Amino acid sequence: MTTQPATRPAVDTPIVRAVNVHKSFGRHRVLKGIDMAVAPSEVVCLIGPSGSGKTTFLRCINLLEDIDEGRIFVGDQLMGYEDRAGTLHTLDDAARARQRRPIGMVFQRFNLFPHMTAVQNIIEAPTQVLRTPRGQAVQEAHELLERVGLGDRGDAYPSQLSGGQQQRVAIARALAMHPQLMLFDEPTSALDPELVGEVLAVMRELAEEGMTMIVVTHEMTFARDVADHVVFMDAGVVVEQGSPDQVINHPGQERTQQFLSRMVSSPASPRGSSGAV
Amino acid sequence: MKDDQKHTEERPGRIDAVPVRHPWRWVAVVVVGILLAMLVHSFVTNPRWDWASTFSYMFKPAMVQGLIQGTLLGTVLAMIIGVVLGVLLAVMRLSSNPVLKYTAAVYTWFFRAIPRYVLLTILGVGLIFLYPSIDVGVPFGQSIERILGLQTQLTWWHIDMRTISSGIGIGAIGLGLSEAAYMAEIARAGIVSVDRGQTEAAMALGMSSRKTTQRIVLPQAMRVIVPPTGNEAIAMIKDTSLLTAIPVGMELFNQATIIANRTYKVMSAYVAATIWYLLVCSILMVAQAFLERRFGRGFGRQDVNPRARRLLDKTGEH
Repeated sequence: MTTQPATRPAVDTPIVRAVNVHKSFGRHRVLKGIDMAVAPSEVVCLIGPSGSGKTTFLRCINLLEDIDEGRIFVGDQLMGYEDRAGTLHTLDDAARARQRRPIGMVFQRFNLFPHMTAVQNIIEAPTQVLRTPRGQAVQEAHELLERVGLGDRGDAYPSQLSGGQQQRVAIARALAMHPQLMLFDEPTSALDPELVGEVLAVMRELAEEGMTMIVVTHEMTFARDVADHVVFMDAGVVVEQGSPDQVINHPGQERTQQFLSRMVSSPASPRGSSGAV
Repeated sequence: MKDDQKHTEERPGRIDAVPVRHPWRWVAVVVVGILLAMLVHSFVTNPRWDWASTFSYMFKPAMVQGLIQGTLLGTVLAMIIGVVLGVLLAVMRLSSNPVLKYTAAVYTWFFRAIPRYVLLTILGVGLIFLYPSIDVGVPFGQSIERILGLQTQLTWWHIDMRTISSGIGIGAIGLGLSEAAYMAEIARAGIVSVDRGQTEAAMALGMSSRKTTQRIVLPQAMRVIVPPTGNEAIAMIKDTSLLTAIPVGMELFNQATIIANRTYKVMSAYVAATIWYLLVCSILMVAQAFLERRFGRGFGRQDVNPRARRLLDKTGEH
């Protein structure tokens, strides 16, 4: 990894570099050779029909799934393995946990800890993993809640919050670990349409502050407005990628055109054209 | 205005309907009432109940000592062993290590298949016959010494089984080992009831598997584990009466039997014990309700998932 420092100038060093990523569930091949590079502060939106492998790819980045072929690097870390003189050694649980720390993830179903209040959810990982003193962690938690517009809901349990509020707490929880990279797995797909906007607003702010983000989404307006780079995936391969204008407004591939026309024209999915942010 | 009035007239108003009558409910009340009155009447008028003796036996020092040292202490010790070992077995059963997994499965199979009375009898009679003493040291140390003709001591700790093979200690161990098999199933149901997304969220935050289990999975599993564990504790109160098989002398049922044999007032002695069992179990039921509220924090009236429900149904067999 460190044999050719001259060819990787610091400015262009990607935070995420995926090379030839393959993944199968049993006989079902979900990812068939994905290559991707994400630069610092870049916002990448992964779009595509369900079952195209977007979510699986996202989960491979922070080792929620193991890949079968290829390599994924986050920062200077080869995810999941250690390369000792050309031989790969599988990392143990503790080392994998360490690799996940700088990567925040927001789930479609929020996955807040239901037995903890919003503040307890947020301070859990900092106090347990980073050994941040409790007082300091609580103060940071309140600042984060303020930032996602929930300054007054710190003592609420997840069941007492709306879906949009829960997802904003989940974002705050991920941010509490001071991540270098945030992964969003369809963060608004489980929300009622009128709650989508509040979550997208927080994400947009985060992008403006320079957070590196990979977002799996069906929100085309968000992708068009916020993304630096849009990747269209279908059937486990990257079909087309480029600037939002290229991919969403002027798609070159037929499959991309078909997908986008379904997203925009379908009156049954107002989310495709929403994003009133 | 006129239109408006007409409008309100047409719209249906408050519902003042005659409620459904339940005549059979009243019949049931009368029947149950009469039966209850007959029962109470016989308690009071039938001199053979002999309540005076019953209440005096209840508070005999030997009876109270039997209750505290045998029934209560036995339950507490057996449940501590059962819960700790049971959770450990559940974690083993769910681990990806096949050796641990099948060891736990075989343990559960073995102890669920043995009646407690038989197990306690064997422990009381057989253990001291098979292993008069237990030596803690290097595994196979004595055999190694014999084969190699060594004089060195490979034994560090010597326990004479006669000192523990009768009495509450071995009784609690016997009941606890048996209980662990049932607790393992209950704990497993609790653990699998926790949504996979919870583990993933914790792992994504950089928490290790151990931390995830301790901080995220087990506290949520408790919500499912506590109610059946309360049932187990209540069942254990009653199963301490089986300690007679060891035999354990200082135990409620055994003390009642001693009194019955000495005084010939058999019913009074056993009714005294029965009242104690009723009282203790009632208190435990209240405690259980309190604990359920405590561990239900942050949850609405959600049901547990079907897989966990199936496992829990299986545990109610003994």
